[in-house]
This record gives sequence, structure tokens and C-alpha cells, in this order.
Amino acid sequence: MTKKMHITITVNGKEEEFLAEPRELLIYTLRERLNITGPHIGCDTSHCGACTVTLNGKSVKSCTMFVAQADGAEVETIEGIGGPDALHPLQVAFKEHHGLQCGFCTPGMITRATKLLEEIPNPTEEEIRFGMAGNICRCTGYQNIVKSIQAAAAEMSAAKEAAE
Amino acid sequence: MIPAGFEYHRPRDLEGVLALLDEHGDDARVMAGGHSLIPMMKLRMADVPHLIDLQAVDGLAGIEIGADEIRLGAMVTQTEIIGHAGLAEAAPILREAALQIADPQVRNMGTVGGNIANGDPGNDMPGLMQCLDARFTLVGSGGVREVAAREFYEAAYMTAREDEEVLTAVTIPRPAGGHAYEKQKRKIGDYATAAAAVQIAKEGRACASAAIAMTNLSDTPVFSEGAGAALVGTAVDAAALAAASEAMLGDIDPTEDNRGPVAFKRHVAGVILRRAIERAWSRA
Repeated sequence: MTKKMHITITVNGKEEEFLAEPRELLIYTLRERLNITGPHIGCDTSHCGACTVTLNGKSVKSCTMFVAQADGAEVETIEGIGGPDALHPLQVAFKEHHGLQCGFCTPGMITRATKLLEEIPNPTEEEIRFGMAGNICRCTGYQNIVKSIQAAAAEMSAAKEAAE
Repeated sequence: MIPAGFEYHRPRDLEGVLALLDEHGDDARVMAGGHSLIPMMKLRMADVPHLIDLQAVDGLAGIEIGADEIRLGAMVTQTEIIGHAGLAEAAPILREAALQIADPQVRNMGTVGGNIANGDPGNDMPGLMQCLDARFTLVGSGGVREVAAREFYEAAYMTAREDEEVLTAVTIPRPAGGHAYEKQKRKIGDYATAAAAVQIAKEGRACASAAIAMTNLSDTPVFSEGAGAALVGTAVDAAALAAASEAMLGDIDPTEDNRGPVAFKRHVAGVILRRAIERAWSRA
């Protein structure tokens, strides 16, 4: 057993402090320690992206990061993006355009899509498919995920224009 | 999925890194983005009692575009390479290749230094760096030295870097002419079945210089001097392409795996090289 470290991370705006072995993967910190169970584990080779969260503003796969590396970081998960009473436009669009079936990839998909739409506010279909390529889905065949992201992009752009 | 325990270190300067490497020897490993090392640790294929995280070390970041040379700090991520306008102008092949590496999340973490130092023949940057005749800066407690990319790779996971050295930067002469990084892969995020890095300069109607390196077709990247030489002085016509391809096929030594048997890989290598040369030539 290696020495435990004192870790401080901010998850969805809330500061969390605890002792953990450095080898603890961030996905386990979120799911098992902090009970934030939206991000999922779909593989053990860093391919599927079901564990995607936003770390210091960037999309990362939380299965490929030790909690020790994330000490001091800010993390956002699907739970911080929106809840039942205030859904994010992407969450609304995934619902309306049938961008999910089993829902296992969805937290990672939507979390990644929030950053994609910051990087490219009005992406083409090709840019969406390429920008989401780190996230695997077994159910949808991706088509409706693309539609959902396109719909959310349109909605968010319209809202931004209205605000200006 | 579950890595073995380790002691974690996050030094703030290179002296701190070198002190840890000297103290722990073989028991210590540096980690950059972690997207090759952590997967290996999760499979228990890498045993790392002391993990030295480079994320807070000063002096390993940044892209500098000089008049003659480009310097990339070892901790520059693939995403930073893709997003850097000056780099896209000075050496566009880097962006073209980085966009074919892994996926957005991995590119946010994975670094150019890690890709180069890893020693996995599947990595794309090593062949690209050989094509560009880059030099790698290695720092150890005994001092600083530079090793040419074309001399760096010895075998799978074996490089000229000593265990107690850290790769801190990559220096690339500003490339001239047209470029292409052509990669055949089974899907997004896969290592290449075959890939070719080509940089070609033109003078009048003839090829003035050509550098060619191949990825994942031997236990190291392969810089094919003969393939480049076969193009120089020609109009890069069908005969020149055939000669370059033949020279390249003499230099590679692929092995069979689930990307295909040797004969298939040799066939794909020829196709990929031809496409890369044609695209680079069209841009020269």
C-alpha cells in the first residue's frame, strides 16, 4: 500500500478534500468516492469516452488520469451541465432528437459536445463526427447524436444572437 | 483497469525531476500526458514504483517559431499543435499528422514529447520527426545533449534516451516545399497499418529535395534515404514514384498482426507512399 495523498479538487463547483492513493483513477474518484455516477466506464483501453469529463476547461477521459494528477483541478461532469429542472440545450436536444437509447455513453457524449460547441459553435456534420470521434456509442448509430448536436448548436446560436 | 500502487511526484523544475530519476533509478518513470503510460499501468504491463508527473515542470511548454528553426517544448499537446496558427504556417505537416493521431480527448492530454519518447513504432510523430530531420534535446544530471530523430530509435520501446534522461524539447529545421502525412488506419484512434511522412521541395519542374519516413512498418520508424533520393532530379513521374516505392520497400520490415499479414502491409505501404508523394508534390 502506497502513501495516501491529500487531494483537493473542485467538482461541479463544489470543493472536495480527501485522502486517496495516487493510483486512484479520476473516474473512480467521481463515481465511488463522490457518488457522481453519470460518467461511466465502458472500456479499459481509453477508447470509448464514456468517462469523459471537463478538466480545467478541456475534454478528458477520466479513466486515463490519476486523481494525483487532478489535484488542484476543476472538473465538470454531466451532473454540473444541467439537471431535470434546468436542462442544458444539448440535453434537451438529445431527448428531442433521440440521441440516446441505453444512455450509457450519453453523459460522456454530452460533456464532450459542450466543449465541441465552444471550439466550433456552428459545426458541419463532418466537424461534429470528427469532433466526437473519441466517444463510442453502441445503440444509436450516431446519426441522431449528430442531429442532436446540430439542433443544440442552432438553439444556442439563436439564444446568443437574441441576447446580443 | 486497476494499476498497481506508486509514489507520486510533481516536481516544479527539471532539477527536481533529475534528482528523483537519479535517486530512484529504474524504479522511476516520468509521465507527460499519460495516454500511453497509464493504459500500460492499467494492464500491469508497466511497473512504476515512482511516477514523476511533468505537468508542473517549468520550461517544457511552448511553441517557438524562429527564422530557421521551430522549437516545441516536450509538453506541448497535440491539441496545441493543431491550434497554433504560426506552426500551421511554418510546418503544416505537423497539424496534418496531429489530426490523424488518436481522438480529441487524447489529443488534449497527449504530448509531442511523450509521443516521441514512448518508442512504440505505432506512434506517428517519430517518423514525422525523421522526415523533418528534427533533433531531440535530452537532459540528464550529466548535462544536455541533442540526438537526431534519425538516430534516436533502436528497437520497439528502445531509444537513445538513457533512463535518467528527460526529453525536454524538439527542434525542427523549418521545412521547405510541399508536405503530406498519409495514414491508413482501421478507424479513428488506431495506430497506422501504414503511414508515410513526405516533405518535397521543387526547383523549376524538378524535385530539388525529398525526405520520406514510414510509420509502423518496422520495430522503429523508418527514414528511407533511398526513397527520397529516387525522387530528386525527377519530375516525380510514374517511374520516379515506382523507384521511390521500391527503395522504401527495401527499407521496411513489417510484421503480421491484426492489421494484416506482411504482404498486405507492404502493399498498403506502397499505396500510402504514392498518395503521400503525390499530395506533397502538388503542394510543392
